[in-house]
Amino acid sequence: MTEQPIHLRIRRQDRPDSAPYWQEFTIPGHPDHNIVSLLMALRENPVTVSGERVDPIVWEHNCMEEVCGSCAMLINGVPRPSCSALVAELDQPIRLEPLPKFPVVRDLLVDRRRIDQGLKQVKAWIRIDGVWDTHEGAPRIGPDAWAADYLYSRCMSCGCCMAACPQFGPHSAFLGPAPLAQARLMNAHPTGRYDKTERLHAIMADGGLSDCGNAQNCVRVCPKEIPLTTAIGELGRQTTVQLLKDLFGPR
Amino acid sequence: MSTPNVIVIGGGLGGLWATLRIADAGFPITLFSLFEVKRSHSVCAQGGINAVLDTKGQHDSIRQHIIDTIKGGEYLANQPPVKAMCEDAPGLIHTFERMGVTFSRTPEGLLDQRLFGGVKNKRTCFAGASTGQQLLYGVDQQVRRLESEGKVVKHEWWEFLSLLLDADGVCRGIVAMDLNSLEVRAFTADAVVVASGGMGQLYAPKSTTSTNSTGAAASRCYRQGAWMANAEFFQFHPTAMMGHDKNRLMSEAARGEGGRIWVPKTPGDRRPPKTIPEAERFYFLEEFFPAYGNTVARDEAARAIWTVTRQMGLGIGGDGGDRVYLDLTHLDAAFIGARLGAILEIYRKFAGVDPMTEPMEIFPAAHYGMGGLWVDFERSADGGIQPDSPRNHATNIPGLYACGECDYAYHGANRLGANSLLSASYSGRVAGESVVSYLKGLAVDRGGLAPAIPQAEVACQQGINAELMRAEGADTPYLIQKELGALMTTKVGVVRSNPELTSALGEIQVLQERLGNARLGESSTWANQSLAFARQLGDMIELAAVVAQGALARDECRGAHYKPAFHIPIPEGTFAGDPEFEAYRDRWHANNAQWLKTTIAEHTRDGPKLSYQEVDLSVYAPTEPRDYR
Ligand SMILES: Cc1cc2nc3c(=O)[nH]c(=O)nc-3n(C[C@H](O)[C@H](O)[C@H](O)COP(=O)(O)OP(=O)(O)OC[C@H]3O[C@@H](n4cnc5c(N)ncnc54)[C@H](O)[C@@H]3O)c2cc1C
Ligand code: SF4
Ligand code: SF4
Ligand code: FES
Repeated sequence: MTEQPIHLRIRRQDRPDSAPYWQEFTIPGHPDHNIVSLLMALRENPVTVSGERVDPIVWEHNCMEEVCGSCAMLINGVPRPSCSALVAELDQPIRLEPLPKFPVVRDLLVDRRRIDQGLKQVKAWIRIDGVWDTHEGAPRIGPDAWAADYLYSRCMSCGCCMAACPQFGPHSAFLGPAPLAQARLMNAHPTGRYDKTERLHAIMADGGLSDCGNAQNCVRVCPKEIPLTTAIGELGRQTTVQLLKDLFGPR
Repeated sequence: MSTPNVIVIGGGLGGLWATLRIADAGFPITLFSLFEVKRSHSVCAQGGINAVLDTKGQHDSIRQHIIDTIKGGEYLANQPPVKAMCEDAPGLIHTFERMGVTFSRTPEGLLDQRLFGGVKNKRTCFAGASTGQQLLYGVDQQVRRLESEGKVVKHEWWEFLSLLLDADGVCRGIVAMDLNSLEVRAFTADAVVVASGGMGQLYAPKSTTSTNSTGAAASRCYRQGAWMANAEFFQFHPTAMMGHDKNRLMSEAARGEGGRIWVPKTPGDRRPPKTIPEAERFYFLEEFFPAYGNTVARDEAARAIWTVTRQMGLGIGGDGGDRVYLDLTHLDAAFIGARLGAILEIYRKFAGVDPMTEPMEIFPAAHYGMGGLWVDFERSADGGIQPDSPRNHATNIPGLYACGECDYAYHGANRLGANSLLSASYSGRVAGESVVSYLKGLAVDRGGLAPAIPQAEVACQQGINAELMRAEGADTPYLIQKELGALMTTKVGVVRSNPELTSALGEIQVLQERLGNARLGESSTWANQSLAFARQLGDMIELAAVVAQGALARDECRGAHYKPAFHIPIPEGTFAGDPEFEAYRDRWHANNAQWLKTTIAEHTRDGPKLSYQEVDLSVYAPTEPRDYR
């Protein structure tokens, strides 16, 4: 493990509409540094390699345990949560850039509201009558179905998969992999399946499933190892059936 | 009168539950959060949530859950709300289930339950090792649905700064800041719910909580007249993995499955742990507590680690030698992998070291603030709380409600494992119901808020920002926070003494002065995080004084608050009936007569003013001292 100074190159941007620029920093090494702890140390004394005192770097973080999904950024060109990116395992100089495909707010902070919009579009919820007690248990779910669903319920909306997806971005209306996987999850639920048709229609529209080019980039970067392409495959079969139902089914 | 509207501050489990309940009743809501609500600290909880479902043939009972909760909190929690919470827990779990929460299942497809600390029955529902995340997403999805139906408006990346109080001292809205544009704006409302989470960051970085668990929002309410209660009670978890940025929780399960805690016998022994022979290791838990060994209770283990590292100087690790080893390397790899996979993964991911081959380095870490904003309740005829009473979860400021970790109810002097997800959810629901009753009872002709009030409050808050932006002192807020965390960890931590607490109060005062004269180091008027942070830090320092003052005044040992100078030990080898034991019992009762009370802190210009309130013991009276022999 390294006690050498750590060398960082950070892409900065002051405002959403201003031009990006790079700055370089060195900071004393510590064996258990991750990128978030490094940025925290840096903000105590933000001086560049050329000795210029600059504004502390802006980025988002909360849990620092890779579960809240807030701290994702591009690290050495790869989208990933920065709290679980251990410095000792990274090549230097370490390049930090904002998560691509999402509008930059400032420095490494981006606006990921499009994930939220996607979740609304696919109706990623179980429609219940109200949150009062119904004095009744919920439907049973077998352990195998549970195990399959549980994988998808861990998606923390970090946006890494979307950042890696060639089809997703400001240029296209594509929903992106994460909201699609949530549609898969909700369709599988014993109550959620009541709204399956609506969800499928939502992803059969523009920006839906058919925009996926099957490049598989998304699964490769997901820190929670969510089987995104499996979900997309399942949804593909579901939409095919839905299409036939729409054409020939009872009205 | 137009439909009354509500503001909810906080989108963790507490805030989202309150939101759902109020929206159910048809009142419009605006929800404020520092960031997207699904990133709230509630996602961090791993272990589970308690509810008596009695699915394991153990004859578990709600009565037992109530007693475990009361005893776990060393009798300091008002008992009617505890009773009502335990009774409502099963219904709450079923509602979560209906929302689609992926609780772990038995082979029959029913909810699985597991054993948790402090309890004899399997009573804890869980969703793999990510229970908090799954519960939060359950309510987050419901709120998103309501949002798409236009019933809820979310203001994410907005920070609550202060309350709007009318001439009668009634809460009529808030002032908040857009964290990007830094715009400060007033929002009027007919009722406000604070659900802003805990204050673990007072102990940063030696805390297991998220960086947003600062307690600043609660502190702001306190400054404007809301009471803080029992702030001195702070739970320290014995086994957290040390990190530069934070301490990450290593579940109790590691010790439960056979993990052993030790330090080298020789101070400053720098040899790699695996090369230190057995005879030169100090298995101190096994020596201090022969009967329980490594599985001794959380608070005892935390204190023992403290003694060994801070007093005996035997700690290992770089940061002033305050770590100890938690060793799993002697156990069967396949067994441990299957039983503890999730936490091993965290350790591997964040330390880059495999706990199967190297002992883990751990330390006690600030984990949960038992105290918080004082809230009321109305006792019902059956000894629980009166459903739909507007008094439930009301603070002492009319129109202001509090729920979740930022309130003080349910946990007393200590918390029962897996009861805080329950209390956050339950109290959110109750606060929501209570607000609905409050709104229904509002006078029709209450009138609007005089415009001068929001105008003045906005100007005042803008003034604070301007002053911070101008300051050109020597310190930065980030350095001051580091010092606050170190001070709290050292002097207001696991073990406390009056001289140290007195000196801590002095140092807290100095930190406050230094912050007044710090420099932000940036003047950007767009997404200036240093500004928001400096503001929060001021409120944290204020809160730190309440914690320290409460701890100084409370001359006893109760739950998480431990002062050796006032410890009343059970005389060794004596039992009920022995004169010595009876003398001890008398001392225990006398101590309760003086200290079995809720600490109330009121803000004054000269610091917190303390007073004490009787605890409602109507469900299960404290007649017997705790005796673990
Ligand atoms: C590592 C860890 C593990 C845990 N495991 C368990 C467990 O297994 N079982 C259990 O029962 N409990 C557990 N707990 C405790 C439990 O997770 C928390 O007590 C609970 O989730 C708190 O929920 P909350 O809604 O009160 O607050 P939070 O989830 O912290 O939410 C706070 C909200 O307030 C908002 N907010 C704060 N300040 C402001 C402001 N000024 N303006 C606007 N918004 C603001 C934030 O944006 C956030 O949305 C654990 C805690 C930790 C640290
Ligand atoms: S498989 Fe589809 S969603 Fe995934 S990266 Fe490729 S195009 Fe994007
Ligand atoms: S699917 Fe994976 S990469 Fe995509 S948002 Fe969810 S957790 Fe992140
Ligand atoms: S800080 Fe929460 S995922 Fe990294």
